[in-house]
This record gives sequence, C-alpha cells and structure tokens, in this order.
Amino acid sequence: MSGRYSRSGRPRPVGSRVDLYVWYAVRISSLALFVLALAHFAMTHFVYDPADQSAEWVRQMRWSSVTLRALDWGMLMAVLVHGFLGMRTVLQDYVPSRLRRVALGILYALALALFVLGTQVVLTLKIG
Amino acid sequence: MARGSDRGAAPAGIGRYLTYRGGEGMVAWAFHRASGIGVWAFIILHVFDIWLIGANPEAYDFLGAIYSSPPGRLMETLLGAALFYHALNGMRIVVMDFWPALTAYHRALWRIVWITFFAIGLPGAYIILKPIWEVAR
Repeated sequence: MSGRYSRSGRPRPVGSRVDLYVWYAVRISSLALFVLALAHFAMTHFVYDPADQSAEWVRQMRWSSVTLRALDWGMLMAVLVHGFLGMRTVLQDYVPSRLRRVALGILYALALALFVLGTQVVLTLKIG
Repeated sequence: MARGSDRGAAPAGIGRYLTYRGGEGMVAWAFHRASGIGVWAFIILHVFDIWLIGANPEAYDFLGAIYSSPPGRLMETLLGAALFYHALNGMRIVVMDFWPALTAYHRALWRIVWITFFAIGLPGAYIILKPIWEVAR
C-alpha cells in the first residue's frame, strides 16, 4: 500500500491535525521555493558572480527597492516554513523521544532567530 | 499495488545493510533528506551573512571573498547540486502526492529528474567553476 516513503514522499498524515497542516505547508511552500530559490541561485551564480556582490553592491543594486526586498523577505518566510518544518520531521525520525521536546524547542528558537535577523536587515539597511 | 511498484527480491550480502526497501524510491528519499539537511545548514549561515551586510559590511565582504575563492566555488557547486536535486525530486514528490495515479509513472519521473539535473546542472557547474581556471592561468 501507499503508506510508505518508498515511492512518493511521507504519506499524508491521518492521525494528527497538526501533522496534516505541516504536510500541506511543506508542499505548498515548496512550490513558491521552486521558483524563488532556483531563480535566486541562478541570479547570484549565473547572471552575476559571487565575486561582484559586495555588501555595498547588495545595498545599491539587489536591494535598491522595496519590491526587491519584499521578494527576498517573502523567500525567507517560505524558507523558514519549509526548512524548519522539514527539519521537524527529520528530528522526529531520529531524536529519541525523551529528548524530542528539547530538540524541537532549539529548532524553533533557531527559526525565530533567523526570522529576526533577516527581517531586521531587510527593514533597516539604508535604501539608495 | 500500483503499476510500476515491482520491488524485486531483497539484496543479498552487504547491500542489505545499506538498503531500506530498495529501488529508486529509497535512493530518491536518501538523497532528498541529505540534500535537504545540507541546504538547511547553509540557510543558517546565509541568513547570518546577509544580516552582516547591515551589522558589519567588512565581515560580509570577507565572507564573500571566501565564497568566490576556488574552494568556495566547489562548495557552491555542491550547494547548487543539493538545491537543484531537492527542488526537482521535490516536484516529483508533490506530483505523486497530489495526483496519486501518477505514482504508476514514478520511474519515468525519476528519469526526468536526473536528465533535467544534468542537462541544466552541468553547464551551471561550468559557469560557477570557470573563474578557477581563469585565476590559475
């Protein structure tokens, strides 16, 4: 039957409502990331070269408008949902149950830290 | 069981200790998990380095010099491979999760993943790595 990892992904959870929402959130955010993250990688490695992208260049070119910053911030949100809910599944698979609460707590704290750092730099870096 | 889910006999010898259920699905899953954890680890570094643009631009430029060095470019090529595989195989998973009937074609989808991976990935790797030869010359 289909309740396995073997062909498609993790089977659609039936027991827990939270797990079901997570299952959908990971897949829906993946659609946004397929476009945003691949376009981002192509821009930073194929269109431009890492050697050209100094802090000043990012401030003046990549983040010259609110729209460009909003796009990157939106990508960060999709990354936080997708990456950290994905890691939630990984931790649930490998971390022994007595340590699971602590491990998940650290994971979510890390996600919050990245949210704060990313949001701060997008909002406060001088425009123009 | 659905068409195309013929699994064959369990592998004998050492292979059996490296195998969970076997076949394309196991390889796809193992690569998906490894690449996902790898990209996630880079994201932690990457959000931090972008934060440095505001907090300490000199430190960001220092990191940028490491990224664009020859070893940095090798790492970026690996990162790109992990990201691209994860993206392509992820779409394969989404397709089969939302349209289970297409699971019958999992093997064709698996081939499409790898053909796309190399068709776009090899020229991409060349673009990222090319400056190494230009520096060496």
